[in-house]
Amino acid sequence: MAAPIIEVRNLTKVFGTVVAVDNVSFSMEEKDFLVLLGPSGCGKTTVLRMIAGLEIPTAGEIYLKGRLVYSDEKGIFVPAREREVGLVFQSYALWPHMTVSENIAFGLKVKGMKAAAIEEKTAAITAYMQLDGLRNRYPQEMSGGQQQRVALARMLVSQPDIFLMDEPLSNLDAKLRLEMRAEIKNLHIQTGATTVYVTHDQVEGQTMASQVAVINNGILEQLSSPKTIYKRPANLFVADFIGSPAINLIEGATGAIDTEEGTTVSLERDFWKAATLYKNIQSGRDIIAAIRPENIAVVPEEGFNTIPATVKTVLPSGSETVLRVNQGDLTLSVLMTREVELFPGQHINLYLPPEHLLLFDKATGQLLNLPEKTN
Amino acid sequence: MPPSAARYALTPALGIRKRRDIKMFSRAKTYFRKPHIVISLILLVILLFIVIVPFGKMVKDSFVWQFADARLSRNSHPGELTLFHWKRVFAGPLTQNILIRPLYNSISTSLGVSVFAMVIGAFLAWLVARTDLPFKKIVASVAVLPYVIPSYIHALAWLNLFKNDRIGGVAGVFQYLTGISPPDWLSYGYLPIVATLSLHYFPFTFLLVSAALSSIDSRLEESGEILGASRTYILRRITFPLILPALLSSFILTFSRVLGTFGTPYFLGTPVRYYTLSTQIYSNIINRIPSVGYILAFVLIAISSTVIFVNQRMIGKGKSFVTIGGKGFRIKDMPLGSLRYPFLIAIIALFCAAVVLPFTLILWQTFTLYPDDYSIRHLTLLFWTGHANTAFAEGEAGILRNPAIIGAAWNSIKLALTASLLAGLLGIFIGYAVVKGRNTRLAFSVEQLSFLPYLVPGIAFGALYLALFSHRIGPLPALYGTFFLIVLVCVAKNLPFTGRAGITSMLQIGNELEEAAETLGARWSMRFRKIILPLSLQGAISGFILVFITVMRELSLIILLVTPETRTLTTMTFRYQEQGYTQFSSAISVLIIFIVVCGEAVSKKLEKRSPANR
Ligand SMILES: Nc1ncnc2c1ncn2[C@@H]1O[C@H](COP(=O)(O)OP(=O)(O)OP(=O)(O)O)[C@@H](O)[C@H]1O
Ligand SMILES: [Mg+2]
Repeated sequence: MAAPIIEVRNLTKVFGTVVAVDNVSFSMEEKDFLVLLGPSGCGKTTVLRMIAGLEIPTAGEIYLKGRLVYSDEKGIFVPAREREVGLVFQSYALWPHMTVSENIAFGLKVKGMKAAAIEEKTAAITAYMQLDGLRNRYPQEMSGGQQQRVALARMLVSQPDIFLMDEPLSNLDAKLRLEMRAEIKNLHIQTGATTVYVTHDQVEGQTMASQVAVINNGILEQLSSPKTIYKRPANLFVADFIGSPAINLIEGATGAIDTEEGTTVSLERDFWKAATLYKNIQSGRDIIAAIRPENIAVVPEEGFNTIPATVKTVLPSGSETVLRVNQGDLTLSVLMTREVELFPGQHINLYLPPEHLLLFDKATGQLLNLPEKTN
Repeated sequence: MPPSAARYALTPALGIRKRRDIKMFSRAKTYFRKPHIVISLILLVILLFIVIVPFGKMVKDSFVWQFADARLSRNSHPGELTLFHWKRVFAGPLTQNILIRPLYNSISTSLGVSVFAMVIGAFLAWLVARTDLPFKKIVASVAVLPYVIPSYIHALAWLNLFKNDRIGGVAGVFQYLTGISPPDWLSYGYLPIVATLSLHYFPFTFLLVSAALSSIDSRLEESGEILGASRTYILRRITFPLILPALLSSFILTFSRVLGTFGTPYFLGTPVRYYTLSTQIYSNIINRIPSVGYILAFVLIAISSTVIFVNQRMIGKGKSFVTIGGKGFRIKDMPLGSLRYPFLIAIIALFCAAVVLPFTLILWQTFTLYPDDYSIRHLTLLFWTGHANTAFAEGEAGILRNPAIIGAAWNSIKLALTASLLAGLLGIFIGYAVVKGRNTRLAFSVEQLSFLPYLVPGIAFGALYLALFSHRIGPLPALYGTFFLIVLVCVAKNLPFTGRAGITSMLQIGNELEEAAETLGARWSMRFRKIILPLSLQGAISGFILVFITVMRELSLIILLVTPETRTLTTMTFRYQEQGYTQFSSAISVLIIFIVVCGEAVSKKLEKRSPANR
């Protein structure tokens, strides 16, 4: 197997007393699209800037296309200008004293390319990014979306193998954001560049990524495919951070229950219990169970794995409806994709499918291992 | 013991240390790959050399016997340590004359000027910003003129008007017209010094208070009015407290500037032996007792830094409340009613006194054939265009033909241009180093050091440089007498302004514009040339012109350092005035005013043209 395009080992960055990035390791193959996701201030930008060479790490190693560009141990630091990565800033960072053409041509001039070749390439890329009519404008004379295109064009024209993007869409309105999302995705497919994309919009992250890295307080909590992140969050932080409305968390203890599949682990609460697909967990262990709102079903009658509940609020929005229901001292969210005739105060039954109940250790917050065969 | 641990234990400690050394070395190497670190270090060296080292040398010289001290004391051993000079200043029979009286005079004139300048400037600012005074725009733009011209020009004009014939020299216009010889207290000393410097410095308060007034939300005042408060009540209880911080700082900054002013107290004070600290420093150094001059310069620096420090503490606290309302609110004019025109007339009178009259007097003087004959019959162009004629002014040609003066004019322009370019460029580098290295101790030191010259009054700064550069330092030859030294002192003295401007513009530019170029493969030199320099130039030009004007009219700072080869227009004025050739000194002053006002006009124009936030 060829060397990974980007490899980061034990990367750490300390600002004064703040540990902005804490021992982060990951590697990316060709054509990977990695999204760094996490709350504000968690260190996403810092990771990106260290890969770009704009920030000197405190410790760790970075390899780009097999070349060691930073190592604390070996005392290697290759500055940004020699790393040949393309970077798009959240603010676009277009040069206000240069026209669109000049902005785009800069990277080619730096390389010492001939004027004619520069002209040709600039023309090609402006056409490609639909910036033809704007070539002689200054950045401040353009809309946010147009500026965004120029920033992308400026990066693309140097044909880097690695794209780094720091919240490139966060300054755009919702509609434009959708359009540009598709465009960036398309760019990725056409160029095949390995891309690291920072966002704190999880929908954006989920739709674009081939891999998602969830970061919290500088720590890489989980790195997996978007589907795994969603279905098998490694810990409570990831479970809670991903998904809207947020995942339902239910405190309880483990017990044993007999089902058609044999004896399985159950979630035990004071007045009810529910079967899960887990096996071989000691009874009486303190756990937190989690279930996504869309995985809970409202059923007409009591039965296997149902619990009684009372409707608190009904929040319809377009094709979906979010229910808030009370179950004893718990409040749960239920996401329904079909029309419902429910009203506050109504008593209903909720079905908790065993295959969707995840169990986390209460003390460590880590996901407990499910038996292999499921999903 | 596992094998690896065993091997480890056998490795001599040296090996571990060596590895750590390699790591430290590579860390250091990485550290120096950041251009701003290298720039900061270079700046630090430059700043140490032009700010700290002169200070140290001056301290040292004040404790060492000088050659010239042989005249003062039989015990002098040139080169050896002594407390002689300190004793002479602080605890000797001459203390009263050398220190106490000049100190008293300095403080009393500075206080007087600060009070008058503050009152006039603040009142004018209020009239322009808050009332329906007619011709406000014109008033506002003319108001800065007295400040633009060199401060000693008011002194020269005063002398033209009020000098009497008792103190050596000829009578002024007043005596010429009325036949009455003005009393000494009107011609020289406290009153004329305070009067002329107040007329020079009030625009400073005017600018500061205008800025403060325009940043206050006028609705704060209006809401007082709605509640039925009387106008004077609003002024006293709402407006005044809000602009108090601006008032205080203009008071204090004026105070410290006047402390360091040399020209005016020299022209108006010394003829009657009225010394201030600044003139006392000058005469001690001229009379070859430099160590005493240096000690007096310390006193001046101490007072000036204390007041500026106090000011910064107070501003730090008051700031938040000046900007409460933010900008951009409609300011409602207060009707002056029947007082509108009386106020306007008072303002016109003020401008006549501060601008028109001095300028007319100076200009008229340049055409008078005999210094005390102001009649139209004896007007002449001799002092402008006359050929050298032994009958007048010891055979010196008119200033437009006089090679010495043309040389000085060139020197002035060369000096102002190089100093403002260098100071501006250094300012950009300072801004770059400080903003890039934000929160590091290195950047902090660069910022603080570049600010230090602000605390040192002009004449004392000149003394610092005299102390350091009159001898050779190691491999460096003595710079005294070179043009380079004058440039250096002007650059250093103006660094606080250009450094500040550089920091502001670099903060506006931000990091990312440079980083974008970096990721595209641009070296630092290219990033600097193509990105940082062009972007910061937009903000730097008006700062550049400001320094140009400042240097063009500089006297206090360079008077101790110029030699006949390096003299400038201002120091020529000074020499001619000293020797009684008032027509020449006046003519050169007119030339300076002309250049400086042109500079000011250009900067106004550029200010208007440049987009506020680009
Ligand atoms: N130059 C710096 N000096 C000191 N602290 C910094 C610096 N840059 C970042 N930090 C700190 O490091 C932490 C991580 O910052 P970073 O910008 O990487 O967060 P982020 O995940 O990109 O946040 P956001 O989503 O808000 O952009 C924050 O606590 C931040 O305050
Ligand atoms: Mg960020």
